[in-house]
Amino acid sequence: MAETKYETHEYDVIVIGAGGAGLRAAIEASARGVKTALVCKSLLGKAHTVMAEGGIAAALGNVYPEDNWQVHFRDTLRGGKMLNNWRMAQLHAQEAPARVLELEEWGALFDRTQDGRILQRDFGGHRYARLAHVGDRTGLEMIRTLQQHAVHKGIDVFMECTIIRLLLDGGRIAGAFGYWRESGRFVTFKAKAVVLATGGIGKIWKFTSNSWEYTGDGVTMALDAGADLIDMECYQFHPTGMVWPPSVRGILVTEGVRGDGGTLKNSFGERFMFKYIPEFFRAETAETEEEADRWYTDKKNNRRTPDLLPRDEVARAINSEVKMVRGSPHGGVFLDIASRRDADYIKRRLPSMYHQFKELADVDITKEPMEVGPTAHYMNGGVRVDADTAATAVPGLFAAGEIAGGLHGANRLGGNSLSDLVVFGRRAGLYAAEYAQNLKGTLTVDAGWVEALAQEALEPFQRTGGENPYAIHRDLQETMQSLVGIIRTEGELKKALEELATLKERARRVRVDGNRQYNPSWHLTLDLHSLLTVSEVVTLAALERKESRGGHTRDDYPKPDPEWGRVNIAVRRRHGDITLTPDPLPEMPDELKKLLEER
Amino acid sequence: MPTAIMRVFRGDAKGGGFQEYRVPAEEGMVVLDVIHEIQATQAPDLAVRWNCKAGKCGSCSAEVNGKPRLMCMTRMNIFPEGEPITVAPMRTFPLIRDLVTDVSFNFEMAKRVPAFRPRPRDPDGTYRMQQEDIDRPQEFHKCIECFLCQNVCHVIRDHEDNKRHFAGPRLFVRYAALEMHPLDTNDRRELLKEKMGLGFCNITKCCTEVCPEHIKITDNAIIPLKERVVDEYYDPVLWLVRKLTGRK
Repeated sequence: MAETKYETHEYDVIVIGAGGAGLRAAIEASARGVKTALVCKSLLGKAHTVMAEGGIAAALGNVYPEDNWQVHFRDTLRGGKMLNNWRMAQLHAQEAPARVLELEEWGALFDRTQDGRILQRDFGGHRYARLAHVGDRTGLEMIRTLQQHAVHKGIDVFMECTIIRLLLDGGRIAGAFGYWRESGRFVTFKAKAVVLATGGIGKIWKFTSNSWEYTGDGVTMALDAGADLIDMECYQFHPTGMVWPPSVRGILVTEGVRGDGGTLKNSFGERFMFKYIPEFFRAETAETEEEADRWYTDKKNNRRTPDLLPRDEVARAINSEVKMVRGSPHGGVFLDIASRRDADYIKRRLPSMYHQFKELADVDITKEPMEVGPTAHYMNGGVRVDADTAATAVPGLFAAGEIAGGLHGANRLGGNSLSDLVVFGRRAGLYAAEYAQNLKGTLTVDAGWVEALAQEALEPFQRTGGENPYAIHRDLQETMQSLVGIIRTEGELKKALEELATLKERARRVRVDGNRQYNPSWHLTLDLHSLLTVSEVVTLAALERKESRGGHTRDDYPKPDPEWGRVNIAVRRRHGDITLTPDPLPEMPDELKKLLEER
Repeated sequence: MPTAIMRVFRGDAKGGGFQEYRVPAEEGMVVLDVIHEIQATQAPDLAVRWNCKAGKCGSCSAEVNGKPRLMCMTRMNIFPEGEPITVAPMRTFPLIRDLVTDVSFNFEMAKRVPAFRPRPRDPDGTYRMQQEDIDRPQEFHKCIECFLCQNVCHVIRDHEDNKRHFAGPRLFVRYAALEMHPLDTNDRRELLKEKMGLGFCNITKCCTEVCPEHIKITDNAIIPLKERVVDEYYDPVLWLVRKLTGRK
């Protein structure tokens, strides 16, 4: 085998990304006895999972014994506007409780019920109080538990190491190539299997709850390696992000505020969500404020408050209120828990929201309402995977967590992402290990290819004059925010494609100053390829789907269309070009169909 | 729009110094926003760690006007207008570049913590715990690993040698969380006494003061750990009992 001249490591399985899915995958692969490494762009424990607030959805039935996987399954599909992969939704609902109990066995301390079991809270689209939680910092508890468990199992971790390309041998996975952020030196991983757990794409929008890491690099690497993407047009804008002051715009405000009694109001003090109850959810949603308020304590005899409709519905409603000039002073609406719950309760249930508003916005949420508006939050779609094994179309490539599409359909329910991470992280690790163990023959990494990748990555240092990568990123975010946001039209989407073409041209002229040692302008320059690729994919898919469904709303096709409801839009790269095809959804077995019909 | 005058440390292990940048300051800005603005417009290669920008991940620790802080939670309006603001990397850890330091010490120390070892489940397959029994360890679980407490602890801030046998406040919080976890059955007292340097802490509470999560590190974690070690190793009655019964 020809050796590359760069630092090289050899593993059976490498897991890229160290959030909940990546950690859980690495733990599982390692437990199966294969040599496993975890590679992540940030320090261990800083991945996006740490920011998750409200909770992890699992039908434990601790608060409502009526709850079970069948109801969770039904809620997930209805929330996803039936575009979900039924098998993923089934496995998810069935296995989530065991994964939560496993976290507890590894040291996680969830808030408790009176009788000492795991407490569960209400969230949008879930029929019963279902989210196991720790105040409003559930993600922190989860990532720390998994992190410490992985460390104690002795898994090798490569921190601040960015992977830029998957390496193939005859169409199969052979490894990955990247660089150390600290030194800028290149590094090659030879591996029989790769698990992608790199999260989403939220940094293509201006107002986002996502960190710098969410550049779509994993999605782009998968696409470039030959995997399929699905449902990329169905992006989730979380209804409640901070809107003021400008520098914090987009930072997440947990749905737990509404789960714990908070309510949305417009500038007239009206609880406007009652005007936006869609036909699809009418039968299960309260029609009066009195019924909605009673529901918090008596779910048997009352229907759910419309404040807790699925996120796509609430985000669109807020968008409309602001458009009709019934918004708050800074272009959002009001989220009020101060007048509805006492200060002690708010501080106990929502400590980090209290802290965040107090410190960043000078707002005391126990005394005054918050101002909130939609913020780019979560990729409902992603890399297409086999439901049981998390395998992609590329042999040896697996994907789990936000990067994988299918589970959430057109819209994810709150709380279903943390459970997604552990259910499918475990499965990805398991089947990646199995694949590595059964792989016959040897894999070769093409040293010439690796050298070409290295030279391409260094090219921006050699250019004289040229573009500033930060300026291109800023312009990209403006384009996506104004033309490919919550509400879309054909004209604007086409205009976005033109602007993206110009931005791609500019990205070829970027020049990087300084040297390779911890140089963020170089890192961003390398990220522009994926930022621009996923922007184009989202825009093309949004143009293709001529209806409104879940996270995808077309002003020119405002209604759902049953024909479009039967297909996923699959995106592939073939011979350099991006192609889109409507692929029929997998056929659901009759016994599961029956669950959806039950009330 | 007022102008912020920022003096930001630039340099690496070989040396460096403060450089001045002038940035228009918008309403509500935090120090991290200003650093990003400098990056985008004046110093593209300025190295800084950050992730969540909401005080939840603990990545953007630095010393702002000499005080250890999270840059994402430090509002610009707490500083007098027109006066320069200095931003320096944490001093206790080796410098990599600009505001980024090598914090691997903390991760190495974490590897040495004996793992959580739970008791068996209750007969019905659950673990029953009362909320009041987990309030204290939950306080410790709030830690976002910003390492500001490690940075400010004088045991290691001024004595590099001590890092070999001193876990530091962050790790003491972790030990305390495990020791007070209702399900845990492991005993880490000897390790704390012999290898982790619990005795070095002379409870000046500097760590507690800088904790952005307001964890009462000294009062709730370190002092109770010290008491547990004392009870185990220095209690004369227990000593006599052991001596007489021959139990260890």
